[in-house]
Amino acid sequence: MKLTLHIWRQKSARDKGKFEEHLVDDVSPDMSFLEMLDVLNESLIHQGKEPFAYDHDCREGICGACSLTINGTPHGPEAATTTCQLHMRKFKNGDSIFIEPFRARAFPIIKDLVVDRSAFDRIIQVGGFISVGTNQPQDANALPVSKLKAELAMDAAACIGCGACAAACPNGASMLFVAAKVSQFALLPQGQPERKKRVVAMVEQMEKEGFGGCTNFYECEAVCPKQVSVRFIAMMNRDFLGATLTKE
Amino acid sequence: MNLDSKVPSGNIKEKWDKHRFEMKLINPANKRKYKIIVVGTGLAGASATASFGELGYQVETFTYNDSARRAHSIAAQGGINAAKNYPNDADSIWRLFYDTVKGGDFRSREANVYRLAQVSNNIIDQCVGQGVPFAREYGGLLDNRSFGGAQVSRTFYARGQTGQQLLLGAYSALMRQVGAKTVTLHTRKEMMDIVIINGQCRGIITRDLITGKIESHTADAVCLATGGYGNVFFLSTNAQACNVTATYRAYKKGAVFANPCYTQIHPTCIPVSGDHQSKLTLMSESLRNDGRIWVPKNKDDKRPPNQIPEEERDYYLERKYPSFGNLSPRDISSRAAKEVCDDGRGVSSTGYGVYLDFADAINRLGKNVIEERYGNLFEMYERIIGEDPYKTPMMIYPASHYTMGGLWVDYNLMSTIPGLHVLGEANFSDHGANRLGASALMQGLADGYFVIPYTIGHYLASNKFEKVSADHVEFRKAESDTNDKINKMISINGKKTPTQFHRELGKVMWEFVGMGRNEAGLKKALEKIPPIREEFWQNLTVTGEPGDFNIVLEKALRVADFLEFAEVLVWDALERDESCGAHFREEHQYPDGEAMRDDGKFCHVAAWEYQGVGNKPTRHIEPLEFHDVHLAVRSYK
Repeated sequence: MKLTLHIWRQKSARDKGKFEEHLVDDVSPDMSFLEMLDVLNESLIHQGKEPFAYDHDCREGICGACSLTINGTPHGPEAATTTCQLHMRKFKNGDSIFIEPFRARAFPIIKDLVVDRSAFDRIIQVGGFISVGTNQPQDANALPVSKLKAELAMDAAACIGCGACAAACPNGASMLFVAAKVSQFALLPQGQPERKKRVVAMVEQMEKEGFGGCTNFYECEAVCPKQVSVRFIAMMNRDFLGATLTKE
Repeated sequence: MNLDSKVPSGNIKEKWDKHRFEMKLINPANKRKYKIIVVGTGLAGASATASFGELGYQVETFTYNDSARRAHSIAAQGGINAAKNYPNDADSIWRLFYDTVKGGDFRSREANVYRLAQVSNNIIDQCVGQGVPFAREYGGLLDNRSFGGAQVSRTFYARGQTGQQLLLGAYSALMRQVGAKTVTLHTRKEMMDIVIINGQCRGIITRDLITGKIESHTADAVCLATGGYGNVFFLSTNAQACNVTATYRAYKKGAVFANPCYTQIHPTCIPVSGDHQSKLTLMSESLRNDGRIWVPKNKDDKRPPNQIPEEERDYYLERKYPSFGNLSPRDISSRAAKEVCDDGRGVSSTGYGVYLDFADAINRLGKNVIEERYGNLFEMYERIIGEDPYKTPMMIYPASHYTMGGLWVDYNLMSTIPGLHVLGEANFSDHGANRLGASALMQGLADGYFVIPYTIGHYLASNKFEKVSADHVEFRKAESDTNDKINKMISINGKKTPTQFHRELGKVMWEFVGMGRNEAGLKKALEKIPPIREEFWQNLTVTGEPGDFNIVLEKALRVADFLEFAEVLVWDALERDESCGAHFREEHQYPDGEAMRDDGKFCHVAAWEYQGVGNKPTRHIEPLEFHDVHLAVRSYK
């Protein structure tokens, strides 16, 4: 396949970026999207040019590192698929592809296609945990959890922290990410003692980081590679309201 | 060199309790006066960091990823073992201990494995307490499943994402400590070297992957939790950034490297599709329960699989191992696949693949049953290969997956360098020559939550530490060595990229040091590796600046260490003139293809001491003594 790539080039956070055009031929439909970029990068190095920097690691859709906006959609055209799991057979010979970083106010660009998503870590840091020290818990089976609730908690816990939700949202909101963590713990008995404190702390930090608010576009759910449901946002909103109205 | 394992005396069941009592303690108010560095935020690193922080130590933790949640522990699928005996099927700590020693083909240290089995139950309690959503039964209690190498159901799981959920649990505990300011987390910083002052490991040198800055960090003790070296084969199931640099630099500073030849090859991975390939994806081994493995009987049969009639197919595992058939052990299945492909009968575009066919199972059980059992795996396969495995047989091929070898550690998880501790896959201690499924997660968390928090206190309380600062001459020297190396790489201005060298090395390693090894092949590898390394230092190209986000330089630094480390691995494979577990020397096998150990000569750990680049390292021995498990032929028949 022959493709025309328009790839975002930006030297650093301070510099202005722009699209750079590259023609690639010999693209095999069996390549993953990132392997296609690897091949381009190798040829750039051979020409003495700098390759495009992008984040990636596990290449099996679970670490959450890869983060490209492909033709305007975070993680590209295929539903429930991270960029690293997207394959070139989803494109046609002669296609033009625009490749950009994840764009959100709270994700400053570091270089080329690499963004800083440490805002997510800071949100977790203020409450995305259950306060239990090493060796403190009781026997694992001492606390039964309904299978349905455990399954639902797992649906929320499947979030890989990639940030596609915020990149897809017209408001740059990260509600889906925050709601997934809040809901996972709200659904489990272990999460109850800190339930109110957690949701308030995490939502406040989310706002401090510069993420926008949810206005029900549902773009986040549409791009989420793990299909985390917007129902969790409703759950979080209810918890947040309850927590602020009934301060302990 | 005397490799003193420091295993406590007494009954194996009481060793750990006795040791915990005998170890020195640090008064809670004094813990904050000690600083510990942890490198790596996978299961072992994150759990150790969180536990140290809770105890009150000052902790600095480093990862080359952008977040602590990305470490490759996250990719583990199947589950985590523990001896809870919830299913009431006669499991026990003793049985888990026995299965693990046997699974490791009697090449691990008994006392360490027993301790691992002992603390396995605490791990499950810990993770449930953290809110890890393990699979449950309708009564609300935890569900278990069975896994390879065991006759009991002792594996806890969270769908096919157990590693992810356990890592996120450890990550949340770590981030809680970051919030509590006991832990300083450094992301996008890669360890370049360790620093030894007066015989003690007193810190590390890092490179900031954004600014390129080389920095010194001081500490009273250092823990490496930096994973395995499976990427020495270039293609593996490891993440792209996984590398040997941290452990190899420690080795160059005097830590001995144990059993590097113990590398595990997983039989069911998606095959290579071309030279562009960057990684191999694991497909759960459970597929072999219902899939039948075959290749065409004739070499030049290029027909699509559905057009090859039954009598022209070779179901080679069923033919060669009629009793175990498609469920033959990992190593045997892997080697058999290589054999038929080397014979020219492999499938896929490269000729390195075999069919895993579900047609019979679908006819027998119905498509819906197969979908229920393997739906997510079939979907993943279709995404990568673009073929529907309900209609066309899957193609699979073995790939490098896990490395049992690692830095040598004593019972306290300390290397031969005082103060330098090694946790998780990065050390060598618990899996012997072969790791059983669902045991990697167990070991990483055992080391981090339940072993190192005690043993490091003992080390700190037993030693005196002079004050050192980052201006110390040893730090300055290590920084300038690192800078020199980087400048040298940048100045070569050659014609080949780091990836090209890595691929070349991987080809040699896979061909001669992969699934099957023999003396001639290993000697050939020892001839082929040095020229690649020499060319690397003469013909490498690194674009961009050292003081910048530079992905080519990052890769070059990692490949440079693989090019040196590979030889240590080959030396170990050559000198271990027996087969054991995953180390298969073709000269030593039973008629049925099982590994033939030589307990008279090799019932020991081989630990290698650095003697300069390209020189043969010195081989040291820690004899293995088995008091509680009797050495036997490992048989699963």
